[in-house]
Amino acid sequence: MKRFLHFLILLGIWLALTWSLQWQEVLAGVIVALLADLLLGDIFPIGSVKVFYPIRFFWMCVYTVVFIWYVIKANFDVAYRVLNINMPIRPGIVKVRTRLKTDMARTFLANSITLTPGTLTVDMTGDHLYIHWINISSEDPEKETELIVGHFENLLERVFE
Amino acid sequence: MNETIGMTLLVVGITFDIVGCIGLVRLPDIYNRLQAATKCVTLGTALILLSVVFYTGFNAIGVKALLCIWFVLMTAPTGAHAIARAAHRSGIRLWDDSVMDKYKDDSEGSEDN
Repeated sequence: MKRFLHFLILLGIWLALTWSLQWQEVLAGVIVALLADLLLGDIFPIGSVKVFYPIRFFWMCVYTVVFIWYVIKANFDVAYRVLNINMPIRPGIVKVRTRLKTDMARTFLANSITLTPGTLTVDMTGDHLYIHWINISSEDPEKETELIVGHFENLLERVFE
Repeated sequence: MNETIGMTLLVVGITFDIVGCIGLVRLPDIYNRLQAATKCVTLGTALILLSVVFYTGFNAIGVKALLCIWFVLMTAPTGAHAIARAAHRSGIRLWDDSVMDKYKDDSEGSEDN
């Protein structure tokens, strides 16, 4: 069942990319999707299938809106730092803890952190994320966690766990 | 109407791309440069692709552009993470004025070299 879902998703992406329903295209898509599913189906994170429950899907939409808002904010933040003559940066790598457990949620968290204002995920070991911060504003680990992962953790917990 | 929106998005996207490139030149070390490159170039490219969608409408090209936005959003942060991690592992130090490096503190004890 899970494999079949993967297959359908892959076939959907293929059909969207080719955007035609000629039988050659569809046949090629079926073959490619089957191959990809057989070869890589095991490493495809299981948690992602849960997204299709209605409540999770709703929170996924909320997450998308919040995410886009933070990406735009991040860009103005970088533009401000780069174009300012004094370059107000105070970089460093900090360590924060996450309470998310599933791989999919952590992947989304790490990617979101990279695209939000002033932060870049360097590595993840166990429950800890190492994050390069362009402008460290507090020395207190608890506060750092609040500032960096707080926004997304709550939403992603609702989506994936 | 659609052309106006597309043109606006195109200009804004290119502006962000330029800011990202300036950041790539101005910022002091690889980690800061990655920040500028990842954030600005991701949104800039996404906006340029979105302008393509507005120009061509919802057809073969537009849908490809939409899918490309998704791919860029998924892969750019992952690539940045891989580069930053590789740089840190191969011993590239942070900028001299950096405040702290918890990653180095933690990995020093566990690795042999």
